[in-house]
Amino acid sequence: MITELFKHKAVIICGHFGTGKTNIAVNLALAAADRFANVCIADLDTVNPYFRTADNAEELRRRGVNVLLPQFANTNVDIPSLPPSFPLIFTTDCCSVTDVGGDEEGAAVLRGFAERYESIGYDMYYVFNAFRPENANTDYSLYSLRAIEAASGLKFSGIINNSNLGAETDRSVVFAAQKKAEEFAKESGVPLVMTTAFEKNAFPGCTVIEDVTKKLF
Amino acid sequence: MSKMLMKGNEAIAEAAIRAGCKLFFGYPITPQTELSEYMAKQMPKRGGLCLQAESEIAAINMVLGATASGARAITSSSSPGISLKSEGISYIAGSDLPCVIVNVQRGGPGLGGIQPAQSDYNQATKAPGHGDLHLIVLAPASVQEMASLTGLAFDLADQYRMPAMILADGALGQMMEPVDFEERTARELPEKTWACCGHGNKREHNIINSLYIQPNVLEDIVKERFKRYEEVEKNEVMYEEYMCDDADTVIVAYGITARIAKSAVKEARARGVKAGLFRCITLYPFPAKELERLSHKVKRFISVEMNMGQMVNDVKVATDCRVPVTHYGRTGGVIPTVKEITEEILRLSAKKEG
Repeated sequence: MITELFKHKAVIICGHFGTGKTNIAVNLALAAADRFANVCIADLDTVNPYFRTADNAEELRRRGVNVLLPQFANTNVDIPSLPPSFPLIFTTDCCSVTDVGGDEEGAAVLRGFAERYESIGYDMYYVFNAFRPENANTDYSLYSLRAIEAASGLKFSGIINNSNLGAETDRSVVFAAQKKAEEFAKESGVPLVMTTAFEKNAFPGCTVIEDVTKKLF
Repeated sequence: MSKMLMKGNEAIAEAAIRAGCKLFFGYPITPQTELSEYMAKQMPKRGGLCLQAESEIAAINMVLGATASGARAITSSSSPGISLKSEGISYIAGSDLPCVIVNVQRGGPGLGGIQPAQSDYNQATKAPGHGDLHLIVLAPASVQEMASLTGLAFDLADQYRMPAMILADGALGQMMEPVDFEERTARELPEKTWACCGHGNKREHNIINSLYIQPNVLEDIVKERFKRYEEVEKNEVMYEEYMCDDADTVIVAYGITARIAKSAVKEARARGVKAGLFRCITLYPFPAKELERLSHKVKRFISVEMNMGQMVNDVKVATDCRVPVTHYGRTGGVIPTVKEITEEILRLSAKKEG
């Protein structure tokens, strides 16, 4: 179950952009809403106004998740701003998923909240996709992981292997990436806590997630 | 692992580097920025230069200078930035220089918006700058084509000594798909004997210029250029037909809209309507002959575009309005859905002829 990621009341999802952070965050929030009473998801992506949590806001709300979005998300004034209600995750007893923008640029926004995350208890996860250029070799991935820690002032507690090739993902793709994910975990000293797969590629030990990315065609 | 999962913007940047382009000049703008970012990260590592200019105008003029030396150079922007570049584009065309210009379109006019659009079709194909000129305009419809057409754009630009444009949009720039960079075979290209790269006292010096004082001299030069355009029109048309063989209703589309329309064609077929898709890959040269041929056997064309109706006029001209040619579009950054386009096909197909 993806909800195993909840060891504390706050989960933070970071990584190189395009690794599937939003897909993980939305899946986690939806699964958490089935198990916990009060679940929030905060869209803290100040880097990119395309393909973000806001695309899934309707479905999330329908299933009882409190969705904290920047005020003008998905409009033409989608300026880099934080959701005004974001501090709710620290002041209420909710379980929260924070979906952060890509790379260290996106993670910089966490810096100002690092102490508050520490005070409520958090787990920050690095989403890894071996098929993304910045995760293509272990050195790049290590740089990216350390740069995010330095920018955010927070420490990773796990790596989520979300390796995929979009619509061309099959089992061989998932297996090909497994070794790379393990090597990255070993080198970084951050444990590999989960490998994801869609239903059709599921294998023993994986965590099945849904594809919630906005479909254009 | 030969395939990578990439954003369209990244795929263009990587393809340009692999095509031997070592010079990027640009100025950031949404939804194109990942292209500049990728160049900024990769060019220094791979023996190239990524320079963020003080403006779009400076960037395009840097391209002019760089390409005059015979080097491959690229610039990228999104709609408002392309308007700023138009002076430089005209100078590059007037100097018979090759280069690649990327437009990841967003809604306009003016600052418009930051969501995807195709409302720069007329600008790209009719008036990318002042004067009698054309750009080669390539319209990718997938992340794979963002890569493969970028490689081709450099070859075409060098072969015909003219600028080539990749006309994409925010959706293609931002979406992620697998891409294989091994696919492309480069063309055999003529030596750049015109390049200003130092004559070393071994040959006459070359001059790159777009100013001609005598009208008859300028006329001759423009006419020579149009001879080359004829060659481009004869040799370089690219398009894709999908289920057109027995189709009554053919959608004409390019780029992301063609991807959406393809699903709509399948949906319409499932509902018993003989629909097809004609996807333009080159917008200049426009596949006019191929559309003309098709116009003898279909009942109607629908030009689906993310604008208020631009390519529709080229379809009308190409087909001599032999059958009804209508436009269906969304604009302002709104992407049409499969459902909307399917309904438009069904609505028009249900109409009585005449």
